[in-house]
Amino acid sequence: MSTEGTTTTATTGVTDESQESRRWRGVAAEDRDELPEKVSLLLRARSRRLLGDLLRPHRGQITLLVVIIVVSNAAGLSIPFLVKVGIDSGIPPMLAGSGAGALLLIVAAILGAALAQAFTRRVFLKLSGRIGQDILLELRRRVFDHFQRLSLSFHEKYTSGRVISRLTSDVEAIAELLQSGFDSLVTAVLTLFGTAVLLLVLDVHLGLAALVPLPVLYLFTRWFRRESGVVYRRTREAVALVIVHFVESMTGIRAVQAFRREPRNQEIFEELDESYRAANMRGMRLVALFMPGIKLIGNVTVATVLLYGGWLAFRDEVTVGVLAAFLLYLRQFYEPMQEISQFYNTLQSAGAALEKLSGVLEERPLVAEPEHPVPLERPRGEVRFQDVAFSYVPDVPILRRLTLTIPAGQTVAVVGATGAGKTTLAKLIARFYDPTEGRVLLDGVPLPDLDEATLRRAVVMVTQENFLFTGTVAENIRFGRPEASMAEVMAAAEAIGAHEFISGLPEGYETQVGKRGGRMSAGQRQLVAFARAFLADPAVLILDEATSSLDVPSERLLQRALRTILADRTALIIAHRLSTVEIAERVLVMDGGRVVEDGPPDALIAGEGRFAGLHRAWLDSLA
Amino acid sequence: MSPDSSSTSGSTAGPPASPDDSGSSSSDPQYPLESRKIPRSKRLSALSLWRLRSYLRPYLGRLALIWVSAILGIGAGIAIPLVGKEIIDGPIARRDPGALVPLGLLALALGVVEAFLTYLRRWHQSHPVLGLETAIRDDLYRHLQRLPMSFHGEWQSGQLLSRATTDLSTIRRFFGFGLLFLVMNILQLITVTVVLLNMYWPLGLLVAASAAPIIVISLRFERRYMRISRQVQDEQGDLATLVEEAALGIRTIRAFGRRRHVYETYDESARKVHATSMDKVVLASRFFTFLEVIPNVTLGLVLLLGALAVGSGALTLGTLVAFTTLMLSLVWPIASLGYILAMGQEAITAADRVTEVLDTPPAIVDGAAVIPEPRGHLRFEGVEFRFPGAERPVLHDVWLDVRPGETVAVVGATGSGKTTLTALVPRLMDVTGGRVTIDGYDVRDLSLAQLRSVVATAFEEPTLFSMSVRENLTLGRRDATEREMREAIEVAQAGFVYDLPWGLDTRIGEQGMSLSGGQRQRLALARAVLSKPKILVLDDTLSALDVETEALVEEALKHVLREATGMVVAHRASTVLLADKVALLRDGTITHVGTHQELLAEVPEYRELLAQDADLDDLDPEGALR
Repeated sequence: MSTEGTTTTATTGVTDESQESRRWRGVAAEDRDELPEKVSLLLRARSRRLLGDLLRPHRGQITLLVVIIVVSNAAGLSIPFLVKVGIDSGIPPMLAGSGAGALLLIVAAILGAALAQAFTRRVFLKLSGRIGQDILLELRRRVFDHFQRLSLSFHEKYTSGRVISRLTSDVEAIAELLQSGFDSLVTAVLTLFGTAVLLLVLDVHLGLAALVPLPVLYLFTRWFRRESGVVYRRTREAVALVIVHFVESMTGIRAVQAFRREPRNQEIFEELDESYRAANMRGMRLVALFMPGIKLIGNVTVATVLLYGGWLAFRDEVTVGVLAAFLLYLRQFYEPMQEISQFYNTLQSAGAALEKLSGVLEERPLVAEPEHPVPLERPRGEVRFQDVAFSYVPDVPILRRLTLTIPAGQTVAVVGATGAGKTTLAKLIARFYDPTEGRVLLDGVPLPDLDEATLRRAVVMVTQENFLFTGTVAENIRFGRPEASMAEVMAAAEAIGAHEFISGLPEGYETQVGKRGGRMSAGQRQLVAFARAFLADPAVLILDEATSSLDVPSERLLQRALRTILADRTALIIAHRLSTVEIAERVLVMDGGRVVEDGPPDALIAGEGRFAGLHRAWLDSLA
Repeated sequence: MSPDSSSTSGSTAGPPASPDDSGSSSSDPQYPLESRKIPRSKRLSALSLWRLRSYLRPYLGRLALIWVSAILGIGAGIAIPLVGKEIIDGPIARRDPGALVPLGLLALALGVVEAFLTYLRRWHQSHPVLGLETAIRDDLYRHLQRLPMSFHGEWQSGQLLSRATTDLSTIRRFFGFGLLFLVMNILQLITVTVVLLNMYWPLGLLVAASAAPIIVISLRFERRYMRISRQVQDEQGDLATLVEEAALGIRTIRAFGRRRHVYETYDESARKVHATSMDKVVLASRFFTFLEVIPNVTLGLVLLLGALAVGSGALTLGTLVAFTTLMLSLVWPIASLGYILAMGQEAITAADRVTEVLDTPPAIVDGAAVIPEPRGHLRFEGVEFRFPGAERPVLHDVWLDVRPGETVAVVGATGSGKTTLTALVPRLMDVTGGRVTIDGYDVRDLSLAQLRSVVATAFEEPTLFSMSVRENLTLGRRDATEREMREAIEVAQAGFVYDLPWGLDTRIGEQGMSLSGGQRQRLALARAVLSKPKILVLDDTLSALDVETEALVEEALKHVLREATGMVVAHRASTVLLADKVALLRDGTITHVGTHQELLAEVPEYRELLAQDADLDDLDPEGALR
């Protein structure tokens, strides 16, 4: 029963998910298998636009590059030709006793061509490398900045994992193309055409004979390209599943072992690993056919040239030099063909990466910055909701027509069950979202009219997430106000009761917090986050479940500190536990997206409403 | 056994990119998040790589076939230009048309044979190469699942993953291609040089001499190139860390409006990657140019000297032509030598990293004893626990007796060792002193299968896997019936699962539907309840629930705990009330055991920890000294 559960979700789940999630993905294409023709056309157009955008600033350099590479290839291709001239025109005079003058000249020309090729090639590699790296830097900057601008609603749906892989593996796929693929493609194409032309110039008949396999070569390569595209995708999918299962088993090893999950896990893993192996096997076998196939075509051509060319030479219709040149050219002709097989995967993954990146870059931030921001010199902190409604998905309202004024300086507690809309209320004040209807105003100014810097200086929200960045404790506190002095940082920590524990750390404020604050407990992280918010000194402070990770003594300390901290600013406190509510001047009880009770805590407790009930239940729980 | 964070990435596609590597090489997975550091001054020995050869044993026949066809293939490749020489010197020079057709057909036959041998080699290669990789990966996974929490606590899953993917691919590539080409190229090098010397020794000497600088320089280049490639990788790793933080910390960045600041840090790092990459480009451009110019210059010289020799009659025209063709066929084997050696070095490092994990002994070994009829009498007898290398023990002198059916709440400040205590029962970690017993049996003597079916744990930070709800629920009991699942879901108040788009078949976890913290905790609880344990351990399982849900869950749990022995880690008074008695954990040992009321009345520290009404005192200064 459960066996089938996994396998079906693991395989069919992919398509289900992509269909189900297409709505929020917008125009982006994520790990879809087969795209409908129309969509993929659109995608290609979008990728092309991005590509054009990235290449445009380098137009001049690219033109130069084209000139250089043509020169370089011409020099390279001239060498076998010069060998032919040497054999045909350099040796006979010498044999005839008229000296090696002609031969020396030709050898000098070969050396000259070799040096010219070397020089241009070096310039080409350097220049194309620079262009590639410049494009990469630009792409990195652009995508990173764009992600930072996109609304939180986007991030909540897109998930951090995807953001990370866009900026790492996708960018790297493009880097790979720029580093190796471009060079080999251009060289292969130029060699192909250059050689074909030269062969025909050297001798039309023999040239045509040598080019007969070309259509076969073309069809063969096309077949390979198609097949390897399929295999490539399958391999990616297979390895993705292996990775997910592996990582989840390792991160969740505690649950795995505690619930004796190992045999079942092994079963699943071996199955996934086997399908990865099968996909890889198919890929290797494809190459096992392709490479010798190319070699076969090449060798047959060489034999043909030997046979037919030998006959022509026998009849004195071509010279031995021409024959030698043909043999040398054919070597050059087929080698790059083998590299193309490598190149195709690079191209394909870069193409897929480009599609995803262009999809991201076309996302528009839902919460846009104003064109003509209203200045707000000294925010007082009065918050007003006017007929505000909000829903994440149409027809599922989270907030319903809310009108509310929080005077500057007031401390408001918001209580209610999960899903009542408390956090949404907070997020609207912080403008993580814009309301679906109505407006939210700060000091009488609608939030969309404030530029980001002004808004963030005025409103700060602390959640239970408490993200810490790699660096020292002091750096993390200073994140609230980068220009703050060390004394100010310490004062902030002291004010919220974190100074003591920070001083107790091995290196005090200079202690490294570790990856994502991993070296600290959840409670300690929360205190640092508080200090950070306090240092930012906002007019409006929102605390969303911000004390949930603290143990009771720390929470108590913090409560005490909060009363001074919140004295001269507007505060909105959201908490499951009513202990936090005790310091509020006003309580809002929310239910189903509405404020159902509103008043000073004492009055509400004295009454018969929900809050009174909640409060009684809470007192009982303390028994 | 310290987890070095080194991971030499296998995708260092060091030039010259071998056209012979498998087409799937660029699709090798790369875990982007692990920062890759260079293992400095680590003496490499090929020993660990050599050890892995046993994985190739099932493929000995195929391997023989591969080697034979590889060697014959070289022979055929060399023979073709020689046939060309015969054609030029024979039929053409001596005006002897009779020999032309047989020689031409010979060239054709050799060409076909060479292609066929290549095909044979490649086709059969896929078996041992992929078989090796898959078998090692399966073994690695099996071994990792057996390694204890102490191991997993030290190793990031990214580090383990890079061993299971990148490192194994590196090893695969070396066994599949590197090793073969190393031998083949050297063989080809020697044979062709001998053939050339045989044809006309002065020119052969010239070619051999021109090979020397290429070999020396490409060896040196590879070393420098590898160093700079790793530096780029390191810097890309740093960049990835910044990306990761910027993605995970987006709310914090947004809340404080620090977009500029974060961008500038990122930009600085991105520019560093750009600069180092440019160094790499310049280095590579110099090397490649060199690689091309030497053979061409040699070609010119060969032509000059060869023509002179033809003039003096020491050399035939056909030999000269064959000579140039053969000479050019040496360029790739020579140039790739450095690359292949670098690849071998990487494979050695990779093998070291893989065997390092495989060699870690599983510290927690299965016991033999089986309790005939488990009742769930749990005892801690003078238990001590200390992390490896730590000075102070996390737990010491812990004595606690929980009788069958009884429930004990463990209360203590953050960092007092509560979670460690709970982990000792199902042997996620082993005690370092004293013992934990169930029904009188030391848990270390019990079979792990029985122990872990007797004990079930619901963790504070529940782990959900990217699988169906059903699979996640039945983690501990695959044979659970629908009815039992319904009941467990009921107890944990996790009825929301029925409202998911595909009900119990909906995929959850990272790759599926995302659930709230409270929902996850309820599922984890349902999972623990479903496995019908004799001993149920709840490690602060209810912390993310809102008050009302918590009350409902607690009510339901009371019934479950009546039938099982319970151990409940609690922060809140309401959870403590589930228990018959409370154990106060302080500084790593249990200082008091008693009922909630008793401890509240007698132990000030307990009051300090649990009595939230102290808050009320704060609010009401007059009553502070009640």
